[in-house]
Amino acid sequence: MSAFPENGILDPEGGEEIPTLPLPLDAWHRAKGGRMVEFAGYFMPIQYEGIMAEHLWVRESAGLFDVSHMGQIHFADVGADAALEAVLPGDIIGLAAGKMRYSLLLAEDGGILDDLMVTRLPAGSPFDREAEDGFDPAKPWETSPVAPAAKEGGLYMVVNGATKYDDVSYLLDVLGDDVTITLMEDQALLALQGPKAVDALARIVPGIEALTFMTAAAFDWHGTELWVSRSGYTGEDGFEISVPADFAEALADALAAEPEVRPIGLGARDSLRLEAGLPLYGHDLGPETSPVIADLGFALSKRRREAADFAGATRILAERESGPATKRIGLIVDGRQPAREGSDVIDDDGAVIGRLTSGGFSPTLGKPIAMAYVPLALSAPGTRIEIAQRGKVHTATVVAMPFIPHRYVRTGGK
Amino acid sequence: MSRYYTEDHEWVDVDGDIGTVGISEYAQGQLGDIVFIEVPEAGKTLIKGGDAAVVESVKAASDVYAPVSGTVIEGNAALADEPGLVNSDPEDDGWFFKLTLSDPEELAGLMDETAYAAFVAKL
Repeated sequence: MSAFPENGILDPEGGEEIPTLPLPLDAWHRAKGGRMVEFAGYFMPIQYEGIMAEHLWVRESAGLFDVSHMGQIHFADVGADAALEAVLPGDIIGLAAGKMRYSLLLAEDGGILDDLMVTRLPAGSPFDREAEDGFDPAKPWETSPVAPAAKEGGLYMVVNGATKYDDVSYLLDVLGDDVTITLMEDQALLALQGPKAVDALARIVPGIEALTFMTAAAFDWHGTELWVSRSGYTGEDGFEISVPADFAEALADALAAEPEVRPIGLGARDSLRLEAGLPLYGHDLGPETSPVIADLGFALSKRRREAADFAGATRILAERESGPATKRIGLIVDGRQPAREGSDVIDDDGAVIGRLTSGGFSPTLGKPIAMAYVPLALSAPGTRIEIAQRGKVHTATVVAMPFIPHRYVRTGGK
Repeated sequence: MSRYYTEDHEWVDVDGDIGTVGISEYAQGQLGDIVFIEVPEAGKTLIKGGDAAVVESVKAASDVYAPVSGTVIEGNAALADEPGLVNSDPEDDGWFFKLTLSDPEELAGLMDETAYAAFVAKL
């Protein structure tokens, strides 16, 4: 028996040759029975009890994910928002304190270099200490040398782990000397996802239930400052929690002790985000895709479209106007055999006309699902297509994504 | 009846010149939740070490190799509707296929249960 090397979620994304590193919760995962694999340059748990059980647990209760491999970037300066708008097509200037937005880091030609979350920080956020020794958490505005920036609020960005160093180096080029960028490698990032995440977290960190989807705030947890957002990448209600690495294990213990919570590995994270129709960078998104081709047009804010002042705007707005040649779509595959990333979409003559970028078995639907890029003419829901995989032809139907409805909480409370 | 194992984690039970083939407990644990299995049809000729079946877990697809050469007598039809049998009972009800051995001498190159247990312990 042998695994097909071209398959699975563990394809190298960046081809790093740097040594694989442990994350702050490495020992914690191993003690919990996590099966550790190399991912994005780190050792991470692919599963604990099993992908299927973990996946279904998140959909009905709450799962704890370690996403500390992701890049957490702090922009201290007031002008960072305007500067970032050169390479992000969203309205960053208009973000109110504590509000966040999904955006795309764009190359000059409009290709996608990364997808990310960006948040406007309020004055005196936990990240201000990154800029200052001798920080007094009670009075950040008195001790920080970047006090004016801290009062106005900087920006906090979460980017993909495999791309974080490239992102920072690109941002340093684009933003120049006017903006101070800190990749906060001493912050861990935990995600608590699922319909009961709010119950479990509110018991440990009272007040978080007041957050709504895509908002964030600082909370005190036994003297440790947490930055908590109501967001995630599973399609469920849930939270992401940035915590100083030294306190990550204690927080993970506290969360995992709640009856609703079980630790969840990368395997279920991948199947959950696929069911939620959410693209994964390095697989469904890359420099060869653009926001319109990737069907992420919602990331192009109206003001920015009208101003056409972001990287690749000419190409991207033309694609939006006249329709892209290809488009990212969802597929439900006939039968039980999953069609995987890298398989070809073929026409009646067997010619390759598209490609699967993610594919697997949906535990919730009990059938194989996939994402693919296909010609625009084949992108309407209901269209039947054929997939060639290892000498066999599979049939599939184009469906609207998400594959299962999102359950975000847009009004405060439990 | 004797059971033999390969280094690729297939097992074969041999009774006369009839072999029953499956994958080991260790293999199913490594694969995780199995969602699809394709077994060979009766009459198909298999060559030792060649592709014999496909097993797909939630996370990846894998080939199952023929532990010995022979002609397939029967695939396990139960696996089409219940691939999870290979997770719950890999070395009994979760068998993949039966075949007529064409060269029983090939068994000499395989491990017995004790040798396989020692092999897995070192992985």
